[in-house]
Amino acid sequence: MTSDASVAPAEATPGSPQTRIDVSTAGHHRDDAQTVFECSGVDVYYDDFRALRDVTLEVAEHEVTALIGPSGCGKSTFLRCFNRMNDLIEGARVEGTIHYHGVDLYQDEVDPVEVRRRVGMVFQKPNPFPKSIYDNIAYGPRLTGVKRSELDDVVEGSLTRAALWDEVKDRLKMSAYGLSGGQQQRLCIARAIAVQPDVVLMDEPCSALDPIATGRIEELIAELKTDYTIIIVTHNMQQAARISDMTAFFSVQPNELGHRTGELVEYAPTSLIFTNPDDPRTEAYITGRVG
Amino acid sequence: MARDQLTAADLQTSLMRRVRSHTVRWLFMTAATVTVLVSALIIWTVASGAWTFISQVELTKLTDIGWFPRRGLFDLTTLLVNSVQISVIAMAVAVPSGFGAAIYLSEYAHPKVRRVMKPTLELLASVPSVVLGVFAISFITPSILTNFFSEINFFNKLAAGIAVGLLVIPLIASISEDALRAVPGALREASAGLGARRVTTSIRVVLPAAMSGLMAATIVGFSRAIGETMVVTIASGGGDTSLFNLSLFESGGTLTSAMAALGLGTDQVAGNNLAFQSLYFLGALLFAMTLVLNMAGDVIVRRLQNRY
Amino acid sequence: MLLTSPAGIATSHALRRRPGADVGGAVFKWLLIGATVFATGFLAVLLAVMIVDGWAVLSGNLWYFLTHGFSQRSAAEAGVWQGIIGSLQVALVTGVFAVPIGVATAIYLVEYAQNSRFARIVELNIRNLAGVPSIVYGLLGLVIFVKALEDFSKGATVIAGGMTLAALVLPIIVITSVEALKAVPDSLREAAYGVGATKWEVLSRQVLPAALSTILTGTVLALARALGEAAPLILVGAATGFLSFGDANVLETFTGPYTALPVLIFNFARLPGADWGVNAAAASVVILVLVLAVNGLAIYLRNRFEKQW
Repeated sequence: MTSDASVAPAEATPGSPQTRIDVSTAGHHRDDAQTVFECSGVDVYYDDFRALRDVTLEVAEHEVTALIGPSGCGKSTFLRCFNRMNDLIEGARVEGTIHYHGVDLYQDEVDPVEVRRRVGMVFQKPNPFPKSIYDNIAYGPRLTGVKRSELDDVVEGSLTRAALWDEVKDRLKMSAYGLSGGQQQRLCIARAIAVQPDVVLMDEPCSALDPIATGRIEELIAELKTDYTIIIVTHNMQQAARISDMTAFFSVQPNELGHRTGELVEYAPTSLIFTNPDDPRTEAYITGRVG
Repeated sequence: MARDQLTAADLQTSLMRRVRSHTVRWLFMTAATVTVLVSALIIWTVASGAWTFISQVELTKLTDIGWFPRRGLFDLTTLLVNSVQISVIAMAVAVPSGFGAAIYLSEYAHPKVRRVMKPTLELLASVPSVVLGVFAISFITPSILTNFFSEINFFNKLAAGIAVGLLVIPLIASISEDALRAVPGALREASAGLGARRVTTSIRVVLPAAMSGLMAATIVGFSRAIGETMVVTIASGGGDTSLFNLSLFESGGTLTSAMAALGLGTDQVAGNNLAFQSLYFLGALLFAMTLVLNMAGDVIVRRLQNRY
Repeated sequence: MLLTSPAGIATSHALRRRPGADVGGAVFKWLLIGATVFATGFLAVLLAVMIVDGWAVLSGNLWYFLTHGFSQRSAAEAGVWQGIIGSLQVALVTGVFAVPIGVATAIYLVEYAQNSRFARIVELNIRNLAGVPSIVYGLLGLVIFVKALEDFSKGATVIAGGMTLAALVLPIIVITSVEALKAVPDSLREAAYGVGATKWEVLSRQVLPAALSTILTGTVLALARALGEAAPLILVGAATGFLSFGDANVLETFTGPYTALPVLIFNFARLPGADWGVNAAAASVVILVLVLAVNGLAIYLRNRFEKQW
């Protein structure tokens, strides 16, 4: 899978000088970690309504970053900024800057389609296409022109990486709808990594699953971390504590007009957030007094 | 792990895929423009033709004794009265039956019955209007109406109105049923929870809540009745002339049947005389009337949708 | 029964269903059933009447009736062959023009332009077009398709008639296609976008295949509607009298004089004499069978392929 670098042009240009983006804020990151996303002053509006205010944070490579917080705090909205999924919502507007490996994601020259190829996404409810298991995985690679002869390898590699191969290898031509919910979600993860992304965004990927299926996805996330940068939105604080390296806590306060604008309260290594939070609001949330 | 510099150029899709996506978008937008063009052409057609007629006709001829276009007599009242009379009869048939069927299907019918009846109503909506015209002259008048009204003409407005009513039932039933089903179940439960019987809940709670939708159904149905052509042409207004009369037992031409009669000449004696131009004037009148009615119905339906 | 307390007995008595207490409700219900039976049952009456009235033709020389053209000499010699051919040709032309434009407009409205000002204009326009009486489309056809576009349509031909009916059914196709596209869940679109598909790729490989069966059903229903229309065709010059194809081949008949089944029925109906009435009834049965079969097929297909998301 990861050795097949021909499909990932960014990694296929040797000799360019290495860039390091200075991690100047907070200083929570490990020094050897490369910055993937650098957000500064991000606001998200839906028409005139401001859903998210002034978010500044950095996401490091090969880490799992969890976004937590009460309902309506804008964490899913924020997640969708990373692959410009918000572009698809009528009236949605992102202000501030998000740099992806140093490139401003929202400049005119950037095509959201290519961004989504590199920054994959797994959704809340498993959403396989109404096609066979094989065609679900092959859909993305076909778009980017992967040769028919290579497709079999890509499908097998992706399914193996998503820990699904052994369960489905004998029924690749059968409908994806025949799989259980947990299997469907792993299929969606396999589908996401089949296009060789750099980052995988996960929007509450376990909320529709039972505890056993959830456990398998969590194991999978821990394994995928070696190859991918993962940003995950979760309602489940134990899950955030178990799987993530960094945690961002979002909160929401209604203003005098009743508008609920989300904001980033605290962003720190997960171990710190859950043992020694800086902000009283974080403490209240993780100890279960609010939310 | 080192990473090479990423540039904005790397974050672009292949030119081919982008061009294809944009071309297709442009094609779809062109199609949408064509639908607007169709409306614009309809308006231009009827308006310019009607203007030609109005600027040539003596206005007194528009209120003369009857509709005799080839003799230069264009009494609109004759046609309008017949159109309204026939449409009112149609409503008298279609509204009770359409509402009744809608209430039954939405409030009473077993889901299995609903599953059979809804497609049946759709089937009914597809019965060609010429067939109902034939039905009116071969069954409604000779087998039913003559038993009650001995002096009735073979071609008469009453039979035409009844047949148009039959044609409009599915439309009224369908819009009304949508309106009734839009009433939230919580309202029905609240009423039942207070000990109301189903008939009480239907009449006192559901019907008032859906009233505007039922009104819209009536208005749209009336508009369809006004615009119905073939039934009336076959069953009431066969000839291309009409004398003013109020009797439902007599024949009489409507806006639409007068148009059809004038149009029948188009493959034989198409001409630019005044009689032929009146076709456009009637078309403009009909277009304006149905547009106003449909927009009124539409506004009401929309308001209903926003309520719940 | 073990109820011993007076209160208990009173309650059990009060809860018992009393016969005749809800007469009003029962009457209301039966009125509704009557209305429903009237609304749907007249189709059976209609068919029965047409079959009885047309029996002389249907039982005796149905084959002759279906395979011979119109004759002015006598009702017994007149058939509906040219009407059937004309109707099918008109429906074909209608489909060729209305389906691509209608479906593309629906795609534009749902997938590209929700809530833009232009989209709102198009939507309002479609709703209004849907309510325009069919005979007014005949005027459009006469002025635009027969006269203004004469170089293309060759005048009052199948092509002009088909284009006129295409304008007529266009709003129906748009409206049903819009509903079909809206029924495709957003999660499917997101999934495709999420792996880096362009808008057209999402549409062509996910959304359209998912909506196809519903769009097809709507299209078939719209064409069935076109099959039954007579009024606009009368205005754009479908022949109501004698018609000869001469020795024209199939392609040439598209640009020659034509007629359609409903127009023939109208013609039978207005000719005096009982024998023409038999023809009108028999032809009505033919068109009813045709239209109901097409509709029934469409409704069956829709129920068969109805997707539960």
